Amino acid sequence: MSTSAIVMMVVSITVLWGGLIASIVHLRRHPDEPESE
Amino acid sequence: MAQQPREQWGTRAGFLMAAIGSAIGLGNIWRFPYIAYENGGGAFLLPYLIAMLTAGIPLLILEYGIGHKYRSSAPLAYRRISRPAEAIGWWQVAICFVVAVYYAVIIAWAVRYTWFSVDQAWGEDPDGFFSNDFLHVSDTPGMVSGYVAGVAWPLVAVWVVTLTVLIIGVRRGIEVINKIIIPLLLVLFGLLVVQALTLEGAATGLNAFFTPDWEAMLTGRVWIAAYGHVFFSLSVGFGIMVTYASYLRRKSDLTGSALVAGFANSSFELLAGIGVFAALGFMAATAGTAVDEVATSGIGLAFIAFPQIISSLPLGGPLFGVLFFGCLVIAGLTSLISIVQVIIAAVQDRTGLGRVQTVLLVGGATALASILLFPTPEGLHLLDVFDHFINQYGIAMAGLVLVVFVGWVARRLPVFQSHVNAISSIHLGLWWRITLSVVTPILLGFMMWDSLRTELTENYAGYPTGFLLAAGWGVAIGAIVFGIVVSLFPWKRADAIARDDAAQAAGAGAAEATTKEGDN
Repeated sequence: MSTSAIVMMVVSITVLWGGLIASIVHLRRHPDEPESE
Repeated sequence: MAQQPREQWGTRAGFLMAAIGSAIGLGNIWRFPYIAYENGGGAFLLPYLIAMLTAGIPLLILEYGIGHKYRSSAPLAYRRISRPAEAIGWWQVAICFVVAVYYAVIIAWAVRYTWFSVDQAWGEDPDGFFSNDFLHVSDTPGMVSGYVAGVAWPLVAVWVVTLTVLIIGVRRGIEVINKIIIPLLLVLFGLLVVQALTLEGAATGLNAFFTPDWEAMLTGRVWIAAYGHVFFSLSVGFGIMVTYASYLRRKSDLTGSALVAGFANSSFELLAGIGVFAALGFMAATAGTAVDEVATSGIGLAFIAFPQIISSLPLGGPLFGVLFFGCLVIAGLTSLISIVQVIIAAVQDRTGLGRVQTVLLVGGATALASILLFPTPEGLHLLDVFDHFINQYGIAMAGLVLVVFVGWVARRLPVFQSHVNAISSIHLGLWWRITLSVVTPILLGFMMWDSLRTELTENYAGYPTGFLLAAGWGVAIGAIVFGIVVSLFPWKRADAIARDDAAQAAGAGAAEATTKEGDN
């Protein structure tokens, strides 16, 4: 693989999979409030 | 008249799995890899990410907000925004009917191909096998001239599974099946990718997929492709997310959930791109050609190129085939369930019928149309034209009309913004309103104009004009007419549901922001 392809693979994986992990972590830190009914 | 309490997701994770299961469909596996490759390779990440953040996720949040605020199916939720908007909801219901009848057939093919993979039933000629031996495709489209039992029985099985899940209900049916098979899909697809990466030529395939073509970023076509793909990939414009969000608890983090669903969908697409292009690299190496000679998408990739790859594998061909087609079945099934649920929820809200009756009646009718029309020699032509026209002039156009209506006609974006902000962890600002009222309408509008221009200059896929008028334009315009006509009938239950819902919200003391914004 060329250097530019490797760089773009790493960047894509970091941004998309990293984005997923970050958004899951964020959501877990903000649990839904329990219903009052 | 007291209404039945609305069904609810058991857990937030359950809702997310269902929303992710709906978004991850056949397109993630067979469309994204080729779209990315064709539009700049690694550089496609840039327009793709921008499209996701400025159109895909904002639209997802809007649909979550509408469904959650009004806790209703698409037609009723839109009616509660503004009376005439009900027509958009029924239009989406008709679109879901059309998509469901043909989408199920592709899953049925994948069911058969999972089995065919074991002994590579396609032999030396996967193309001829698919068209002639398996589908018995007619030379020209036209009236149904026969029935193909080999497609019909797996199709019946697909519908039995789908309707059974829907009969069981939102929490015990849709939520449970998604919580089981979405993690399974991830594991199976992970195994497939690992196997693909060990093949000779895999690095060549990945090189072709990721090598950036920065100059392509200067062409409008690439940006339109990115926005178009993100729109179709996230399952927005169908009313699915409105329906699914209507079963959320009153206090649910909508923006946080939308980010997880959006990134999960994109993460899976990227994984699919890696797996598919590693396999195509192997195919090119085996044939002694370049990757661009073998790169393809859609039905051709899944049912012609992949069987060739499976047959050429020195080791583990059957396993590779079972994994690939098994993943197509799972990805397709969870999307099909969500599409049919849009119809079921709307009819339940409209008629007050119970879930079981509605599924048997309406789901049964959808299944019957699918089983009668598609396992026929003419089925593939019909599927091709239905898919093209209902995507362009159904899903995308309904999405465009919805954002224009909410943003410019009813001017309700601030209302949904404050509803979402009252319960979510990430607050929406002016940027969200701008993306939905300016960016999304301009891009969807341009896509529509561009597509219409092509349509008027050449017949889609070279089909005869009469066939395109009946099966293409007829179906797309028919869905609009259906939406308008159904919305003209009086709907007494709608007001009762709105009243009950408002009373429950007030009683729970949970909707200070919601009640203030003026339900009607």
